Amino acid sequence: MKYLDEFSDPDLAAKLIAEIKAITTRRWAIMEVCGGQTHSIIRHGIDQLLPEQIEMIHGPGCPVCVTPLEIIDKALDIAARPGVVFCSFGDMLRVPGSDEDLFGIKSRGGDVRVVYSPLDALTIAKANPDKQVVFFGIGFETTAPANAMTVFQAKRQGVENFSLLVSHVLVPPAVAAIMESPVCRVQAFLAAGHVCSVMGTDEYPPLCERYRVPIVVTGFEPLDILEGIRRTVAQLESGRHELENAYTRAVCAEGNPAAKRMLADVFEVTDRAWRGIGTIPSSGWRLSPAYRDYDAEHRFSVTGIHTEESKVCRSGEVLQGLIKPHECEAFGGQCTPRNPLGATMVSSEGACAAYYLYRRLEVTSV
Amino acid sequence: MCLAVPGRILRVEDRDGTLMSVVDFGGVQKEVCLQYVPDADVGEYVVVHVGFAIQRLDEESAMRTLAEFEHLGVLAEEFGDGFEIAARQAGVTS
Amino acid sequence: MSDAVDVQSWVCPLPLRNSPNVVMGHGGGGAMSAELIEHLFLPAFGPAADAAMGDSAVLEVAGVRLAFSTDSYVVKPIVFPGGTIGDLAVNGTVNDLAMAGAQPMVLSTAFILEEGTALDELALVAQAIGTAALAAGVRLVTGDTKVVDAGHGDGVYVNTAGIGIVDARADIRPQRAAVGDVVIASGDIGVHGVAVMSCRDGLEFGTTVTSDTAALNGLVAAMIDTGVDVHALRDPTRGGVAATLNEIAKTAGVGIAVDERLLPIPAEVRDACGLLGLDPLYVANEGKLIAFVPSDGAERVLAAMREHPLGARSVVIGSCVAEHPGIVVARTGLGGNRVVDLPIGEQLPRIC
Repeated sequence: MKYLDEFSDPDLAAKLIAEIKAITTRRWAIMEVCGGQTHSIIRHGIDQLLPEQIEMIHGPGCPVCVTPLEIIDKALDIAARPGVVFCSFGDMLRVPGSDEDLFGIKSRGGDVRVVYSPLDALTIAKANPDKQVVFFGIGFETTAPANAMTVFQAKRQGVENFSLLVSHVLVPPAVAAIMESPVCRVQAFLAAGHVCSVMGTDEYPPLCERYRVPIVVTGFEPLDILEGIRRTVAQLESGRHELENAYTRAVCAEGNPAAKRMLADVFEVTDRAWRGIGTIPSSGWRLSPAYRDYDAEHRFSVTGIHTEESKVCRSGEVLQGLIKPHECEAFGGQCTPRNPLGATMVSSEGACAAYYLYRRLEVTSV
Repeated sequence: MCLAVPGRILRVEDRDGTLMSVVDFGGVQKEVCLQYVPDADVGEYVVVHVGFAIQRLDEESAMRTLAEFEHLGVLAEEFGDGFEIAARQAGVTS
Repeated sequence: MSDAVDVQSWVCPLPLRNSPNVVMGHGGGGAMSAELIEHLFLPAFGPAADAAMGDSAVLEVAGVRLAFSTDSYVVKPIVFPGGTIGDLAVNGTVNDLAMAGAQPMVLSTAFILEEGTALDELALVAQAIGTAALAAGVRLVTGDTKVVDAGHGDGVYVNTAGIGIVDARADIRPQRAAVGDVVIASGDIGVHGVAVMSCRDGLEFGTTVTSDTAALNGLVAAMIDTGVDVHALRDPTRGGVAATLNEIAKTAGVGIAVDERLLPIPAEVRDACGLLGLDPLYVANEGKLIAFVPSDGAERVLAAMREHPLGARSVVIGSCVAEHPGIVVARTGLGGNRVVDLPIGEQLPRIC
C-alpha cells in the first residue's frame, strides 16, 4: 500500500537503528502509549534491534485492555438479552468479563456481530426495526469521531432502535496519571499518532513542562516508530523535554477541526475507571445530554452487576510499566492468551500477550 | 486504538446528507465516510480508521520524511566514528 | 464405558477455557479446536479411538495402504469469488488424501439443507461438486441428504469423506519432518480467506482476489514422481500457514524458522489484511500446500512443483531447525524475530 510499504523499508530501518545506537549513551525508559505501536514493535521485532540501554515500556493505550470491567459486564448483560443485536469491533470479543466474554454470550444464542465500522451497526439497525441494535463504542480519541458521527446520524435520521454503549478514554490524562505515580519510571513518551491526527498536539506541551518529559508524536510503521524513538533519545541525551511531531504526514498541530466540533457536541468529559489502573478524573467521554436517549446504559437499565477481577491478575501494574509481565506469578501458567485472567493477556498488543509470545523464547537471531 | 491506513479517494457521493466515498487501498476498495475531511478531492490520500477518513495524508511531507531517512548516516560517513558525537553536540545534525 | 467427561479434573497444563459451551473459536482450526479434540473428544471416545487423529488416516488393508479422510464444509456465504461450498467440499477432502501421499478414488457427499434454500443455489453447488470431482479424477459414489428447519443451517452444509490409495513410494506423515528439511510453499498465501471475507456481511470490501480452491493430487503426484523422499505435506486451510507450521513443528518435535521476506503474499492480500488488521499467515488457503523436503532433494522437488500449473509460484519459505523445537519463529523484514504462535480461535478484524 502506498505511504505504508515505504515506511517498512529495511535499509532505512537499519540506518535509523544505527543512528539510535550512535547517539545512545545511557539507559532510558520510553513508553509508547498506543497499543497499535506496541503491536508494531513486537510484530517487527523492533525492541530486539534497539540498543539494550533503551527499554520500551508498553503503555495503557490499548482500549481493549483498559475498558472498565463494569462496562464489559454491562455489555455482556445487554448482549445476552433477547431481541438485542450487539455489534462490536473484533478486538472486544475475547475480553473476559467477570464470568465470560462476548463469544460465550454468542454461544448461548446471543446475537453478537463483528463489524468493521460503527456505521455498519446503524445499517443493521435500519434493516432490523424490530430489534434493539447496540454498538459497543470503545476506543481512544481516534475512534470517537466515528462513534460520534454514527450516533449523530442515528438521531438525525430518527433511528430509534439504535443505541451506543460508550466507554471512551483519553490519552493526555493517562499520561499525567502515569507520571503522577510515585513509582513511575517513564522518562519519555511516544504519543499516539492517530489520536493526534484527530485532536492535534496542543494538549501535550503542558505535560512536557509539568513532568519534564519529551513527548514525540509517533506513527505506526517500523520507520515511524524508529524515528519517534530516535528523536526521543536525542532529546533525552541533550536534556530537552519538548513536544515534537515525527508523524507530520498524518498529524498537524490543530488536528481535525470538523471532528473536534462533532466530539464537543456528542460527548462530554467524565471520570473514567481504567481497568487495572483505577479511576482517572476527567479521562473519559460519555454521551452529552442531547444524546442521552441513545445511550445504551440508560436505555437498558443494567442492575445487579457484580464485577470481580481475578485476584491473581496484575494487569494494572503491567499497564503502568511497574512490573514486566513475566514478573507476575500467573504469567504463562494460570494466565495465557488462551486462558487469560486479564485484558493485557487477551489483546494482541497487550504487554502480557506480547511477552508470552516472544519471551518464551530467547532468540536473538535466526 | 490506532489501526488507520492511507488510501486514495476514487469517488465521492452524498448519501442521506452524509459525504461518503470509495477509497482505494492499493487494489482493495472500501466505502469510507468523508464527513470529517470534506474538502478532500478525488485522487487525494486520506488516513482511514474504522470506515472514516480522520485526516488528510500530506504526500509532500511523506516524501520529505523518507528523504530525511535516506540522508541519515551521511554525516557519520563524513566524520567517521570518533567525530560523530562531537558533531552532534555541536548541533550539526541532519 | 465412557461416563460423562469430567471437565473439572482433566490433567492438562492448559485446561479448556471456563465455558461449558461450544464457542466459535472451537471451529477455527487453532488452539481451541485442538484442545476440543484432545480434551473432550478423545477422552470421551475412550479406547476405541486412535490417539493420533490427523487430517486423514492411513490404514493397511490386505497389503494395500489406504488413506481415509472426512471434512465438513460450513463456509458462509456459500458462493464467493472464485468458487462455491461445492468446490471446497471436493477439493478439501481430495487434498487431505493427497497430503498423505494418496491418489483419491472415491468420495461420499452428505448434505444438510436448510428448509427454504433456493433449489437453483443447490444446483449450482451440486454442479460445482461434479466439475471439481471430474477435475480431480475422483468418483462420487454415495451420499445422503437431510433437511433441517428454516433458521438452522445457513442454507447448505456439506460433508465429504474420501478414500484414496497411498503411493507405494510415499511415506508422508507430519512426524517425519526433520531438522534440516526445507519448507516449501506451493504458491501465494492468504488468498482464499481474503476472497471469502470480502463478501462477508459487515466486512465487505471490493477486491479482485478470488479463491484459490483447487485439487492438489496432481501436484503431489508430480512431487512424488521425482523420487525424492518427501517427508511431510499439509494444506494450510483454517488457521492459515501459521497453524500448519505449528502443528508440524509440535508433532515432529522440530523448530521451524521462516523468513518473512520469502513469504509469497500477493499485494492485494497484504492490503486487505492491512485494512482489517489481520496477519496473512493466519488467513485460510484452499489450493496450496506446505511441503517438508530433505535438503538434498529440495531443488528437484521445487523444480517439479514449478512445472505444474498449481505450483508455478512455489518458493522456499524456511527450514526445520534444531533450536526451539515445537515453536515457529519468523525473521521479520527488519531483521528482528517474532514467534508465530498457533492462532487461538477465529481471526478477528481489529481496530487497534
